[in-house]
Amino acid sequence: MWEKIKEFASEFFVTGDPLIYGADVTIVLTLIAIVSGLTYFKKWKWLWREWLTTVDHKKIGIMYILAAFLMLFRGGVDALLMRAQLAMPELNFLPPDHYNQIFTTHGVIMILFMAMPFMFGLFNIMVPLQLGARDVAYPFLNSLSFWLFFSGAMLFNLSFVIGGSPDAGWLAYPPYSGTMYNPGVGQDFYIWGIQISGLGSLMTGINFLVTILKMRAPGMKLMKMPMFSWSVLSSCIAIIFSFPILTATLALLFLDRYAGAHFFTLDGGGNPMMYINLIWMWGHPEVYIIVLPAFGIFSEIVSTFSKKKLFGYKSMVWAMMIISVLSFLVWAHHFFTMGSGADVNAFFALTTMLIAIPTGVKVFNWLFTMFRGRITFETPMLWTIGFIPCFIVGGLTGVLLSVAPADFQFHNSYFLVAHFHQVIIGGVVFGYFAGLYYWWPKMFGFTLNERIGKWAFWFWNIGFYCCFMPQYVLGLMGMTRRVVTYSWDKGWWELNLVSTIGAVLMAIAFLFQVWQIVDGFKHQAKNRDTTGDPWNGRTLEWSIPSPAPVYNFAVLPNVSRQDEWWEQKQSAGAHQTIKQKLEPIHMPKNSGVPIVMSAFWFIAGFGFIFDWTGFIYTGLAGVVGCLLYHSFNYDTDYYIPVDEIERTEAAIRKVNI
Amino acid sequence: MAESQTSEQILQAHAHDEHHGHPDMEEVRTFGFWIYLMTDVIIFGTLFATYIVLQQNTDGGPGPADLFQMGGIITSTFILLASSYTCGLALLSMHKHNVKGLISWLAVTAGLGAIFIGMEIAEFNHLVHEGATIGTSAFLSAFFTLVGTHGLHVLFGLVWMIALIIQLAKRGITPVTKRKVNVISLFWHFLDVVWIFVFTVVYLMGVS
Repeated sequence: MWEKIKEFASEFFVTGDPLIYGADVTIVLTLIAIVSGLTYFKKWKWLWREWLTTVDHKKIGIMYILAAFLMLFRGGVDALLMRAQLAMPELNFLPPDHYNQIFTTHGVIMILFMAMPFMFGLFNIMVPLQLGARDVAYPFLNSLSFWLFFSGAMLFNLSFVIGGSPDAGWLAYPPYSGTMYNPGVGQDFYIWGIQISGLGSLMTGINFLVTILKMRAPGMKLMKMPMFSWSVLSSCIAIIFSFPILTATLALLFLDRYAGAHFFTLDGGGNPMMYINLIWMWGHPEVYIIVLPAFGIFSEIVSTFSKKKLFGYKSMVWAMMIISVLSFLVWAHHFFTMGSGADVNAFFALTTMLIAIPTGVKVFNWLFTMFRGRITFETPMLWTIGFIPCFIVGGLTGVLLSVAPADFQFHNSYFLVAHFHQVIIGGVVFGYFAGLYYWWPKMFGFTLNERIGKWAFWFWNIGFYCCFMPQYVLGLMGMTRRVVTYSWDKGWWELNLVSTIGAVLMAIAFLFQVWQIVDGFKHQAKNRDTTGDPWNGRTLEWSIPSPAPVYNFAVLPNVSRQDEWWEQKQSAGAHQTIKQKLEPIHMPKNSGVPIVMSAFWFIAGFGFIFDWTGFIYTGLAGVVGCLLYHSFNYDTDYYIPVDEIERTEAAIRKVNI
Repeated sequence: MAESQTSEQILQAHAHDEHHGHPDMEEVRTFGFWIYLMTDVIIFGTLFATYIVLQQNTDGGPGPADLFQMGGIITSTFILLASSYTCGLALLSMHKHNVKGLISWLAVTAGLGAIFIGMEIAEFNHLVHEGATIGTSAFLSAFFTLVGTHGLHVLFGLVWMIALIIQLAKRGITPVTKRKVNVISLFWHFLDVVWIFVFTVVYLMGVS
């Protein structure tokens, strides 16, 4: 019996690597600390009522961003491990199989479990406030989306200590990701982690599309909507059209692995190329999904900190919509080298180059917005200004890559690695940081220390260029991506060492950011945002107190123009809204169903991964049970009475005066 | 007391005041369901594309013409079409505020759906006994996945419809239950449309 348990444990848990034993110990200690802390301070009930079951979009947004930061840490550690391995030639710090796992999890985590939740967090917190709405269209679904993302992310991360991590790259190309070459459970963790959180992403896409189309404040025509909300709309359209492809594709890969199907296998008539087409039909729109909201954030910030109306509003809207559509017509540029023929390659090369046009339009719009503006350089604006040159270089190397014949040289080299990191860090990550700094006072009701923020900004920027500029050169020198090591005679080591130093600088920058946030919470009393409008903003989110009350707007605002709040401030009597007649506010009730249902998804996913039928049935039965329970529950809303609104408003506005 | 008021009572109390400025939530929910259906179209689109690409890859095993028995397929097609018709009748009853008619037609719809599912299971069983399983060839992998996904959708709709019948019996026709019936009828007609494509692309074009 004992022997059997030992044998099981040695296969079930990942063994043999001191790094992983260290992680095991840390995880157990952290869990013990959290559980005992919550118990000691009697916070379980508070946690359940205020956070775990909440349907308030602002709280869900904060949870998303918290999770994104944790994942940024994990993905960042992966990155540092890789850079440590590559710092010098012929290092043996990470064995090849472990290295494969690390670059796989780094990619998956950064895109799907860092960028996506960070983006959804910002959607959640800001879209309803910008639109003058009291919540998203489907608050319950919103909570479910978050918990599905969370259980997917946890499932994926579990592979680090249980069963073994996936190692077939961030898009898991077959046949290598099939059972023939990858018999372990790593790829199944990949499939189910992404599948479960992908369902959540799809729901969020639908939720915010409907929120934007149906929940805008009276008078806010689409063409008067803030630019961030426009970017969310274009991103959601891409989510709605692309994520179902991911769901279907991963399901097919799973059937190959689980049921012995032959979609993408080498035998039985399977076609691995089919997978690569399908996954990029999702994968390419996906990168636009994450970058479009960043464009929206920059547009808001550049206009606020230049004290000017955004230049070329209409062209900005059109540019985003065109990018959203074009993003579906470029997928094959990821595999020019796979021999689709000159005509196909020419088509995809052209569509790829076309995307540079609307993107260029946007860059000029931002520059012209700044032109003759009264620019101030607070941290959100710094990130915006840092973004523009970085994204231009990243975009231009993208155009180089789009030239199909030349791509035969660049393909899968470090030139490519440098390119996509430059657009994703320089565009997406800088954008979300800018958004986080910009909206932080609205989220938490206090401002952050600008000095530490500037240190973080400069470390990030210098670290970024230091890390990735050498990689362009390395790519041209012939270094291919995903190599675990290289020999001394290649002449690559100096540039690799510089690149590693850059990575360390970015890690220090991250520490500055954590310090900035901790410092912010410590000194929040003296940094209260009492005006609700610390940056002299332009859009509706700045017209209400920070942090916003649970119902957001005591009286729904009436909108008649772009930058409504700014225009109101220009004419006198800005604060007259309070005088208007209050009415009871219709609000959704908290629900425990989303977190419970997601836990059942987790169980079902775990069962599918290890092929434990008991888990599969329990999980799926639980999911159906939760759906039915929710369907039969008609007690989902309540009204906030007028006197309670009056009391809340009096309390928060009193602090304001 | 105010707290125990259910959303439905509130909805009825506020059924007439649309000047609040907040949109009609039941309409918003129906709209969202349309969007969900669009995403489902894309899932089926992906599976159809996969089927069409892999159709010829029988790996020396049986092809469509060897396997499909059109008699049963045509019968089940007509059963599903009929269920769409009875679903329409259920909606007509709902618009006449006839709860009994609504529930009975929904029950007939669910019954026809159950027969359809039963026939599909029988067909799959037959194929497996013939030795044509999901692992036989790429063609059969794509076939079982596409047709099976449609079947799973019907099964899901079936459970949902039964749950809805119970709710209707308990609560009658209210704005909320009305929206729920509207939504499931959308779903049901959608599955019918998908089946028309399955029938054409997989079966008719397969045996011709």
